[in-house]
Amino acid sequence: MSEHEHHSLWKPYGQVLVALLVLTVVTVVAANFHFGTPWSDLVALFIALSKAALVVAFFMHVKGSTRLIKFAVWTGVIGIAIFFALTLSDYATRVITYVDAPRM
Amino acid sequence: MQATASAATPEAVRPPRHHYLNVDYGLRSWLLTTDHKRIGILYLLSITFFFAVGGIYATLIRLELLTPQGDLVSSDTYNRLFTMHGVMMIFFFLVPSIPAVLGNFLIPLMIGAKDVAFPKLNLASWYMYMIGAGLTMYSLLHGGVDTGWTFYTPFSSSYSNSFVAATALGIFVNGFSSIFTGLNFLVTIHRMRAPGMTWFRLPLFIWSHYATSLIMVLGTPVLAITLVLLFLERVFQIGFFDPALGGDPVLFQHFFWFYSHPAVYIMILPSLGVISEIVAAFARKPIFGYKFVALASMGIAILGFLVWGHHLFLSSQSAYAALVFSVLTMLIAVPSAIKVFNWMATLYRGSIEYSTPMFYALGFIGLFTIGGLTGLMLGTLGIDVHVHDTYFVVAHFHYIMVGGALMGYLGGLHYWWPKITGRLYSGFWSHLSALLVFLGFNLTFFPQFILGYLGMPRRYHVYPPEFQVLHVLSTAGASILAVGYLLPMVYFIWSLKYGDYAGRNPWGAVGLEWQATSPPALHNFEEIPVVDFEPYQYKGAPVAQRLPYRIAKYGA
Repeated sequence: MSEHEHHSLWKPYGQVLVALLVLTVVTVVAANFHFGTPWSDLVALFIALSKAALVVAFFMHVKGSTRLIKFAVWTGVIGIAIFFALTLSDYATRVITYVDAPRM
Repeated sequence: MQATASAATPEAVRPPRHHYLNVDYGLRSWLLTTDHKRIGILYLLSITFFFAVGGIYATLIRLELLTPQGDLVSSDTYNRLFTMHGVMMIFFFLVPSIPAVLGNFLIPLMIGAKDVAFPKLNLASWYMYMIGAGLTMYSLLHGGVDTGWTFYTPFSSSYSNSFVAATALGIFVNGFSSIFTGLNFLVTIHRMRAPGMTWFRLPLFIWSHYATSLIMVLGTPVLAITLVLLFLERVFQIGFFDPALGGDPVLFQHFFWFYSHPAVYIMILPSLGVISEIVAAFARKPIFGYKFVALASMGIAILGFLVWGHHLFLSSQSAYAALVFSVLTMLIAVPSAIKVFNWMATLYRGSIEYSTPMFYALGFIGLFTIGGLTGLMLGTLGIDVHVHDTYFVVAHFHYIMVGGALMGYLGGLHYWWPKITGRLYSGFWSHLSALLVFLGFNLTFFPQFILGYLGMPRRYHVYPPEFQVLHVLSTAGASILAVGYLLPMVYFIWSLKYGDYAGRNPWGAVGLEWQATSPPALHNFEEIPVVDFEPYQYKGAPVAQRLPYRIAKYGA
């Protein structure tokens, strides 16, 4: 491996590492602000997902991989999204009682 | 199939001089093998053992329920009996049954490959299975678990005095076995198909295993997470599910059923694949609507992830979420029905041969249909309120898991036994066993529909005397069922020494696995086959492919 190739391989890793460290600091800072429910949770989740996306795309080499690999990754993401969405469909609608429901 | 004794065995049906069974004989050669066929045999022996363990628990349950008093075991012991029956049968028999035994053995053969994509990972999956089973056996030998196989919190995490943590750890480790197998199959099917083996030339057995593998890879990690959370709450009192610790018990049910409902499809989808192979082979017709049957497997796998909430209708889940889950549950009947109707259409005007595998396949279709339709009843909110946690549910899932998954497994085992061992088994005894299984199964579980509808709750061993007749019928059926299960163990073992040689293709079936020798060679094929034909081309299949004794008996 030439020095140039070696350099080009490590540069994006370094940039991603810096980005992850910055986002970690942002996580800590954001935890000290109270945005109210549910925004505090959503902000923390957004930062965490951003970090996960960086790891998957760069450290796990999904960026630049074949469409099949990307499809496999998205299958997992969609699977988790289904789990969260349908579970939340329970929690988010429990507060709606029959009396509150719009009358037909 | 009748294993007739023949003095002079034609050379064509003699097993090859070298095959996977005689390539080496030492114990080490089996325990360190990376041959997919040998790993399939390792799984066959292991799951048969754990099926027997689960069967012993079932026997004790049925004996206890003979009388209304609850006089054989205490309530606490009874709780442990049905829990360990469920744990053993689901995690250590049904989930690995067809994929790990028949799938491991057949997938490379059916797609024209020499082995699976990751042979060492394949062996590792068997070791993970054995370690998980060992941990669970440890808890079993020390008294077992009393939570039910569903491990509902907060009882399992905070109150049960049984071996919950050890069992959860055993199932956690066993989950890796499932993930390894699923991952291996996905990569094998994607990357190792023989030249010309396009997606729509794949046998339906392969399609069903592809769909199953997706569930294994996507669902099993969630079970692992669930068990870790349960373990943390039980051992370290970190609150996830116990309200006393700030948790939510219904959240556990969401986590658990997100895996465990798709796990039903891990059990049943491979059976659907087996039945497609058998129906086509013994109706001697191409599968009606091949593409629809193939894509129905994918439909079942995907929709299977959207319906878990129907287990929570009465667990304080939101009524609106319950409505959504009820509708989604109805949807999954569509791909299931596509398969049943297409099998029927395949049988229509087919040249049907009532071989033992076909007995199992026809039995499967009937039982799976009953199990599926009662599933729709349970997915209907109003009916579920009435029969929730009754024997109606017990009967329903046994029609799917035993009437469906187990019948498919036995059908597949009978269909491919000549390929696996190179030997034929007794026609008479195998027919008898299939009949006993079918009759015994219905006598065991049909009365349970009535029991449940009348209000008999599940997981109770003391019951009102008016239910005794139905319970006695059920126990009598279980006795017949047990004989039906024991018979194959006898004639399969008998066939290893005394059965006639099978030859490459005793059924005159199409498919690459039947082009290999019986038993297959170490690397399956003399040379990698080239596929230039469509699947299930039975019309006009040359009779000469049939077993010589059949030609002698029925004429060519």
